Amino acid sequence: MKFDIQSIDTDVLIIGGGTAGCFSALTLAENSNLKVVIAEKANIKRSGCLAAGVNALNAYIGKGETPESFVGYVKRDSESIVREDLVYGVAKLLNNVTRKLEDLGLAILKDADGEYVQRGKRSIKINGENIKPLLADAVAAHDNITVLNNVNIVDYQVLDGCVIGALGFSLREKIIYVINSKKTICATGGAAGLYKPNNPTFSKHKMWYSPFNTGAGYAMGIRAGAEMTSFEMRFIALRCKDTIAPTGTIAQGIKAVQVNARGQEYVEKYGRPSTHIRLYSTVMENLKGNGPCFLKTEGITADQQQELFKAYLNMAPAQTLKWLESNTGPAEENVEIEGTEPYIVGGHTASGYWVDHERKTTLKNLYAVGDVAGGSPKKYVTGCLAEGQIAAMSILNVIEHSQVIKLSNKEINEKVKHISRFFDNSSPLYSIGEVEEAMQKVMDEYAGGISSSYGYNETRLNIAAKRIEELLTIADTLKAGDSRQLLAIFEIIDRLYVCKVLIRHLAARKETRWRCYQENIDYPQKDDQNWMKYVNSVFRDGKVEFIFRDLVGRDTIYEHTD
Amino acid sequence: MSIQIDHYKCISCGRCCDVCPGNLIERDEALKAIMKFPMECWGCTACLKECPTGAIKYYLGADIGGKGGYLLTRNHSESIDWYIISPDSAKYHITINKKESNKY
Ligand SMILES: Cc1cc2nc3c(=O)[nH]c(=O)nc-3n(C[C@H](O)[C@H](O)[C@H](O)COP(=O)(O)OP(=O)(O)OC[C@H]3O[C@@H](n4cnc5c(N)ncnc54)[C@H](O)[C@@H]3O)c2cc1C
Ligand code: SF4
Ligand code: SF4
Repeated sequence: MKFDIQSIDTDVLIIGGGTAGCFSALTLAENSNLKVVIAEKANIKRSGCLAAGVNALNAYIGKGETPESFVGYVKRDSESIVREDLVYGVAKLLNNVTRKLEDLGLAILKDADGEYVQRGKRSIKINGENIKPLLADAVAAHDNITVLNNVNIVDYQVLDGCVIGALGFSLREKIIYVINSKKTICATGGAAGLYKPNNPTFSKHKMWYSPFNTGAGYAMGIRAGAEMTSFEMRFIALRCKDTIAPTGTIAQGIKAVQVNARGQEYVEKYGRPSTHIRLYSTVMENLKGNGPCFLKTEGITADQQQELFKAYLNMAPAQTLKWLESNTGPAEENVEIEGTEPYIVGGHTASGYWVDHERKTTLKNLYAVGDVAGGSPKKYVTGCLAEGQIAAMSILNVIEHSQVIKLSNKEINEKVKHISRFFDNSSPLYSIGEVEEAMQKVMDEYAGGISSSYGYNETRLNIAAKRIEELLTIADTLKAGDSRQLLAIFEIIDRLYVCKVLIRHLAARKETRWRCYQENIDYPQKDDQNWMKYVNSVFRDGKVEFIFRDLVGRDTIYEHTD
Repeated sequence: MSIQIDHYKCISCGRCCDVCPGNLIERDEALKAIMKFPMECWGCTACLKECPTGAIKYYLGADIGGKGGYLLTRNHSESIDWYIISPDSAKYHITINKKESNKY
């Protein structure tokens, strides 16, 4: 296929017009006349995690809580491997960005005094169905933001360790975009689809995390040599069986407890009920033959049931459909729960780019925000907005000294060839779908997927690593017939890069710090003596090299030094 | 888990194609919407809410317990009407006001 090349110069390029990306753009547009370009693979109206809606704002400093107590909570729940400085920076902005969402039109439940009604200590109740269209409308109201919808970014443009823009292709027209930017923000979300999912056949995309967030931002960063942190802290969600709908609405909203097939409450038998222990205890009960496990909802009132029908329509309509097409509901039947396949998601755990206090990555002129940024677990929607704002404010302070730098035509042509080469491949032995399935199978069987109850050992990881390399070689032979297939090929390549680094991270942490997320059977205990540190890595000359860094405290102003 | 588009109700406006977060819906020669990748649907229902004529049905795959029921949506400026039709033709209608928050 012959592409036209379109070159665009901008002050700021934002890759991924999701939650964090849109908010960065808004912050920049409201405080400057800078030219901002958002490159989004879908359409910002409903792209990313917020497509169906969300059910609550899960990071908010409620009554009796403080930013300091929020940091304490995140640290405890994440077994101490967090960047307290980053969490603190987020915590201080959570309530401001919440007000801003309300100003944009988000419905938030209030009491008679006009105070937000809390769902938990750090969570408030909303109608999150239209949260993404609200953000998109706000972006559209600014003339200095240009949105390139249906443009998939493939790689950064890098010169001497400095990011000077990015390249991508349109899914609608035969155009390759060469975007030259003074500052770039990566906001592509996390990575789903690495492991064989709960529903691997017809409903293979009925997963918790967005199947269209394929780890592109991580992969671009890895290839460009950015330092990454804590990939081994995978996120595995405890969700409603089959629909993989969130459970928090039921667990927190109506305080339903987890019970096994015998009706016994089981979580606290396995430790303090943190996020990962709720999951681990369920996995263990299943292994012991006490499954399936449920959220105990039988006997809730008709009103409560009706409200749950509505709450799920506002974020995960499949669950309400599942109940009502069977003419039943949670008042009549307990809700079965299961663990999902593992994801890499910096909004829930600490995996992602290693960033400084302003969300600068280790590559010059590149920032990372939202689920793609590491170190700051449990940031959720509001934390992603906060990070979007932090990066934007930093850019406003420094951009006047920056300029657009361009690669030579020869270099650009090489990069364009790199993107379009898949159209020239002929008679491939394997299809795109086969490579994806092969990757998910090997990750499931050898890198701690659902089938091995999330556990792994070094021998298994070595087998996985070898197979991922083979699949990367095969991926190079895949053939694209149109731009949609080209997208599918790049999505696989990106996932394979994430897998490659993830496998090495799983092996590098020689302890078991988080049940299920990082269940290293060779080292089944938590080892505070040796492993109170971050496992970071850089991909250099084809190899994943590790840097073990000391924990960073809450009041540190962290800058990259080495 | 996927959607089905009613060819007769589709007025070729293209809005569902634009809004799908996975770029899964394409158009045929008459510019009518066609679900090109039924197995890749996330089930977000963005396309249903975007469709001006209620041409899109959303259903659960048999592998996740689908029984043949489905969901339809009509999106208005202030509210959304959700209709769930069970295989025995029971019809449930839930209206949600966009300004009204979840209770849970
Ligand atoms: C189903 C679900 C329910 C959730 N519920 C809640 C909740 O109730 N409360 C809460 O607080 N949090 C919730 N969360 C978490 C929260 O939604 C996320 O942490 C947050 O939205 C992530 O924001 P983000 O900007 O990092 O990613 P996203 O909002 O997903 O944005 C990433 C964007 O990048 C685009 N993109 C990806 N790759 C490329 C590429 N190569 N080129 C161009 N664009 C690209 C994507 O299309 C997408 O638009 C939920 C998450 C999920 C998945
Ligand atoms: S439900 Fe969502 S993912 Fe599925 S086709 Fe419609 S818009 Fe696309
Ligand atoms: S939104 Fe509805 S009417 Fe418009 S193209 Fe899609 S199916 Fe047809």
